[in-house]
Formats: sequence, structure tokens, C-alpha cells
Amino acid sequence: MKNTSRLPVLTVLVLAFSFAELGGLHAATASEDKNTAVSRDKNTSSPDQEQMRGLDEQVQEVKSDVLSISQELSRLEEKLLYPSGTQVAIFIALAKGDQMRLDSVRLQIDGQLVTQHIYSAKELGALRKGGVQRIYVGNVSTGDHQLEVLVDGKLDDGKDFSRTEHLTFRKEVKPKLVGLTLSGQSSGNPSVALGDW
Amino acid sequence: MRATRRLLGLCLAVGLSFCPAMGSGMPGDQPAQAARSKTGTSSPELKDLYFGEALYHAFQGQYFDAIQRLDTELGMYHGLDQPELDTLHYHINDAEFSVGDFELDYRMHLRAGRAMKAVLEGAVDESVRNEAAFRLARIYFQKGQLNDAMHALQRIQGTVPPQIVDDVEFLRANILMATGQPSEAVKVLKQLRSGEDLAGFVAYNLGIALLEDGRQQEAIEQLDNAGQLSAGDPAGLAIRDKSNLVLGTMLFESGNFERARQSLDRVRLEGPFSNQALLRAGWAEATAKHYDRALVPWNILASREPTDAAVQESMLAVANAYASLNLNGRAALKYGSALELFTNQIQKVDASINSIREGRFLKALTREETRENEDWVITLRSLPDAPETYYLMELMASHDFQTALHNYLDLEDLHTRLITWRTSLDAFTDLIRLRKQNYEPLLPDVDAQFRKLDARMRLRLEQRKQLRNRLQAMLTAPRPDYLATADERSASERIALIEKKLANSHGPEALALRERAAHLRGALTWRLETEYNDRLTAATVHLNELNVQVDALTRQYESFVRTRQAATQSYLGYDKQISQLRQRVNDGQQRVDRLMAQQGHMIEVVAINQLQARRDRLVAQQTEARYGVAASYDRAARAQAGGGEK
Repeated sequence: MKNTSRLPVLTVLVLAFSFAELGGLHAATASEDKNTAVSRDKNTSSPDQEQMRGLDEQVQEVKSDVLSISQELSRLEEKLLYPSGTQVAIFIALAKGDQMRLDSVRLQIDGQLVTQHIYSAKELGALRKGGVQRIYVGNVSTGDHQLEVLVDGKLDDGKDFSRTEHLTFRKEVKPKLVGLTLSGQSSGNPSVALGDW
Repeated sequence: MRATRRLLGLCLAVGLSFCPAMGSGMPGDQPAQAARSKTGTSSPELKDLYFGEALYHAFQGQYFDAIQRLDTELGMYHGLDQPELDTLHYHINDAEFSVGDFELDYRMHLRAGRAMKAVLEGAVDESVRNEAAFRLARIYFQKGQLNDAMHALQRIQGTVPPQIVDDVEFLRANILMATGQPSEAVKVLKQLRSGEDLAGFVAYNLGIALLEDGRQQEAIEQLDNAGQLSAGDPAGLAIRDKSNLVLGTMLFESGNFERARQSLDRVRLEGPFSNQALLRAGWAEATAKHYDRALVPWNILASREPTDAAVQESMLAVANAYASLNLNGRAALKYGSALELFTNQIQKVDASINSIREGRFLKALTREETRENEDWVITLRSLPDAPETYYLMELMASHDFQTALHNYLDLEDLHTRLITWRTSLDAFTDLIRLRKQNYEPLLPDVDAQFRKLDARMRLRLEQRKQLRNRLQAMLTAPRPDYLATADERSASERIALIEKKLANSHGPEALALRERAAHLRGALTWRLETEYNDRLTAATVHLNELNVQVDALTRQYESFVRTRQAATQSYLGYDKQISQLRQRVNDGQQRVDRLMAQQGHMIEVVAINQLQARRDRLVAQQTEARYGVAASYDRAARAQAGGGEK
């Protein structure tokens, strides 16, 4: 989460960095050193840089370990909190090419508010690129359930957009995945389309 | 290790040229690549929600979550008996490729190749295999394993997905450059007819390859072309600026000042290379003794961010230019301004170094609220009373510093996660304890009641089964008596009793009674025989009607069994797993903390070394400015005494 916001600035810095190093390349060429940067680099590997690379490898190893812990913890959490017999997961996607600015989504199951989410620009961007948000995971009994979806946003022409849709899904013994595809009116699709997985 | 350095050498040589195609410098672009089809077909409709969720995280740069999600899905997929029935099957190649991309973006080069190897070793289409080989080559290249990278490219044969054809050749050229074969790289790049997104990079790299190959004049012409290509996106504009800057510098060093100026003038004023271009443009003019013209770019530069090295250099350059123009009074003022700026900046650098030594730098870098903003580096630098971040932008221009900083921030993220997980494990333990407390007293009674109900249910089901068997048997061996009503059975028994009593009587009266009894028996038998089929049908219908009730009962029974199992499973069997996980979390926490301390120290050392170097330079510039002030006043005084004051 935290690591993402710095990317645009870092992109520029990468550009700046690459130029700064090119100054070195050019100087090497001017002094007739045909091997230029490659040969130069071999000689500039300081103990600090060796240490830095060693640290980098250790960081990669610890990332692997923590990812493995995360996976196991995730399985444990699912087993403990959302057993398959009662598990329901609700996902949000945007219709392909839809330019609606999604502001918020609120979900009620059988009249009970279960979650609401306000979207950041980054989250909206991720949805527009085709990502799918798992907005809610919870438990329901087997059988039919009423799902109320309230969507707020702005259409691409700047008009406010607010829709409430009432849908029904059926929970069986296996985990239930409910996919909701949202779209603004202009795309001609229904505002909330229910997909069954 | 040496190979890594060679790779870095290549990065230095070709600069950012491979970034758009390889994703090493534009991490934000990677998910977009991951999302598009990798198999040469149009982007398929999403069939697997969890794959979509992994992409959702990746599109936001949350690579840890993306890898975790996708790795779990892939693990489950490969563990299935019939994976072709799973929804991930529709995206399996994309998923395998994407997890490798995410690992690269999360700076896990050591394990990023495993997914590609898995695809290469699997039974896949030629185009998919070729794409996997390309991606593996790219990973090797980024890891500095250049021979392996070339070997992987050599595995590409037959159909290549159209969207990577250019990328393959571009990578080939980069590897050739990195392995010291610029003439071969030139051949590859000259044949490459890339799309608009890669054109600027191909043109620039060709110029650098020609330069490396010793063909300076051709390199100049090529960079001149690269510097005039049309570009729309920021990366394209930046590489065009860079081409012009490199060309301008080359021409300047070869004494072709006029053409150098033209090239440097093409660099955008607001781009990342603007400061360097302005500085060099000034030098191009000044070297040609056009000091008044040199003042134009330098004065623009002098008004910019004072922590920038080019800006600092321009302060002295402006004063020098006025001195060269014999405007000694103006020169003295400019030297005075430069002296003031250098003195201030030395104080700032000292404050930065002290602040870093006191540990405030690392705290500033990990401030959550500042990194919510896209321009967090600029925000941090602009914070009042935060000297530790004054020179952050300049530090960020160092590759070593960036790597160290990325790692530190990643470790900080892991640290936060591990703390959260430890809390979660405590909560899970508590949850399990409460569930046990709740269920254990209830379950014996529930189980006892269930056993009674279970026994009754089994009895009824057994009875039903026997009835069904009997009805089945009666289809082939009719037994009308089985279908007699209660009245008929009673009547039959009474007739039998009468027949028994009359058996030993032989009078005329008894004979008449026996006839009547036989008549009754006949009437009863007649009824049972003639109504047998109807009765058998009715009995079967009634039994089938019972099926609905039995099915409902079975469902309820199974539901109860599941719920009962769930109750037990909700608190039994977790102790060992939680204990092991807690141990792993604690160990991980210790490793992360230790690495954070080392990495943090490394960042501080790198930062202090760089700032110290900057300070040394500022001190030298300060001395020069001080001398310049004195010399300017001296010249002005002499000129005044000679009557030729300016």
C-alpha cells in the first residue's frame, strides 16, 4: 500500500539517474576508453556495494518467508472465520470501458448493512484497468438471500449517479462467490449486473 | 556478482532505454502489461475473480498482496485433480506470467524466474512457450545473468506472439550491448521497426550502440534523429530529452558549440533533464565566448530549487559570466548572492547530516501520511523544520540509495504486517478459547439428543426400506393379503374362526353356516384379488409421496452433521498450527527488525557520504565565490581608478 504512491516520482528519478550516469559514459568515451561503463563498473564495486547487495538478497529471502507466512495465515483465517459451508465473498468490477467515476458502494445482505467502501483514485484506476475488488467476505446460511447494492458516482458527462439494485443469490454448501459488475447508464448496460461463480 | 555489475554497466550505458520494454524503471506500467493477453489473443473476459483480485492489487502497486493472492490460487490450481475445471484454467498462462511480473516489481529477482520455468517445462503452445522464454530472458537480464538471458532468447523458435516481437529484439540488443558486442547490437537495432511506444528508446539505444562501437559521427546523427522524434507520453518525451542532452554534451565536448546549443535547446524546460540542459547550454555559449547569451539559460536555472547541484553551479557561472563581460559591479553582487547561497546550503547540508545522524531521516521516510501523496518525495523535502529531508531529491538520484530505500520501505511494510499478524494470532487464540467455552458444555446434550433422534430416524428409514422391498417383490409374486385393509384383515380372521368352529359340526344347520362362511371368504378373496392392482399402485404412490419427506429429513440430517462438525472444527486442531505460525511470525519479525536496522544504517551511511561529498563541493564553491567577490571588487576599484568603470 505504502510503496505504491512513490512510483511516478521515482520514474522521473530513474530518468534523472540514468542521465547522471550517462555523463560518466560520455567522459569515458571522450578519454578513448572503448569499454566504457561496463569496464568502469567492474572496478567500482566497493565493499559498501557488496554489503548492499548482500542485504538486498537477505531482504528478498525475508520477503519470501513473510509471503509464505501470509499465505498460511490467510488459509487459517479463512478456515476459522469463513468456513466454506457459510462463506460468501462479494467482488466488484467495472464494466469494460465504462468511464463512470465510482465514488462509493454500499452492500446490504438481507437488510443488514455488511460493508461500504469509498474509492480512492488509485482504487478506481485499478478497477478501470480490469482489476476486481473483493469488497466483502462474510458468512450466510444456505438458501436464498437478498442483496441490496447502492452505488454512488459521477457519469462521464459529470452528472451524479446513484442507483440501488435489489438482487438475489443462493448460497449452497460450497463457498459462494458473487461478482457485481457496475456500469454507468451511458454504457447501456444495467447499473449492477450479477455474475455467478 | 560481477554479472550484476555488468548489468548495471549496461543500465548506465543505455540508461533507461530498456525500462519501458523491461519494466525495470516503470513499475507502474507492469500491471497493465500483466492484464493484457500474453498468448497473442485479444484480452479475454475475466473468468476467475481471484485472478482479477490479484490484478486489482498489482494495478495499485500492492505487489505483496498481489503475489500472495495469485500464489495461493496457483498453488490450489496445481493441486487439483482436474484443474481444467477450475476458473483459473482460462487464465493460467497469464497468471503464471503475472506472478513473475509481480515478483520482479516487488524486487524479488531471485525467485522471479520460477514461474516462467514452470511454463517452459509444461505442455503449452509454441507462442506461450516463446513468450515464457522471452520473459525468462528478461528476468535473467535484470538479474545480470547475461549468458542465461541470451540462452533463453535462443530457445525462442517458431511463432512469436506479435505483441512481443519488438520486445524480444530490443532485449537481444540490450544483452549484446551488455556483453560488449555493440556492433551486433547495432545490426539488431537497425532492423528493428518498433511501434511508437518503443521508437524513442530504439533510436536512442542505437545511438549509444554506435558510440560504443566507435562510430562517433554516425552516433551523433542517430542521436540527432532520436532527439527529434515525436513523442506523446512522459517516457517518450523524457528519452527524447535525454537524446538531445547526450548529443548536446558530445557536441559540446567536441567543440561544436553552435550545434550543441541547438540540441540542448530542444530539451524541454520542465522535463527531468531541464536543469542539466540549461547548465550545458550556458556552457556551450560561454565556451564560445558568448557570455551574454550564456546568461539566458543560467539565469533561468539560478532561480530554481537551490539544493540542485546544477542550480548551485549556475550561481557561480552567472557571476563568472558577468565578470567575463567586465561588469564587475554586477559580478560582485552575483558572487555575493552565490556566497550567501553556498553558505546557507552548507548550513542546510550540515543540518541534514546532523539530523540523519540523530535518526530522524528514517522516521521521516516512513511517515505514512506523507507517502499517501504521489509526490511524497517533494512533500517531504518541503516540510518545514525537517532538515533531514532537504536533500532527499538529490539522494534519490543515486541508484544505491534508491535500492536501499526501496528495501527499507519494503521491510517497514513487512514489519507492520507482522505486528498486525501477531495481533491476529492472539485474536484467533481468543476466538478459539471462547468457542470452546461456548460449545463444550452444550455439545454432550446436543449429541445425546441427536443420538436418540438418529436412532428413531434410522428405524423409520429401515421400515420404509422394507416396505419398498416388499412392494417390489409383490410385483413378481402377488400377495393380495398384504394389501388388505384393517377391516378386511379383521373380517378374514373372524371368518377363519367361524370356519374353525364349524369344522367339527356335521348337522344341516352347520352345513348351511359353512356355506355362508365359504361365501363370505369367497367375497373377501374376490375383492382382494380384483382390487389388487389398484391397491398395489396406490401403495407405491403413497410410498413415493413419503420420499419428499424423507429427502427433507436427509437434508436436515446432513445439515446438522455439517454444523456439528463445524462446531468441533471451529476450535479443535488449531493449537499446533497457531503455535507454529506465531513462532514463524516472531522469527520473521526478528529478521525484519535486524535487516531494517542494517538497511537503515546503510541508508544513513549512503546519505551522509553523499551529503558530505556535496558539502565538500559547496565549500569549494563557497571559496571560489569568496574569491570572486574580492576579485570583482578589486577589478572594479582598479577600473574606477583608471577611469573606465563599468
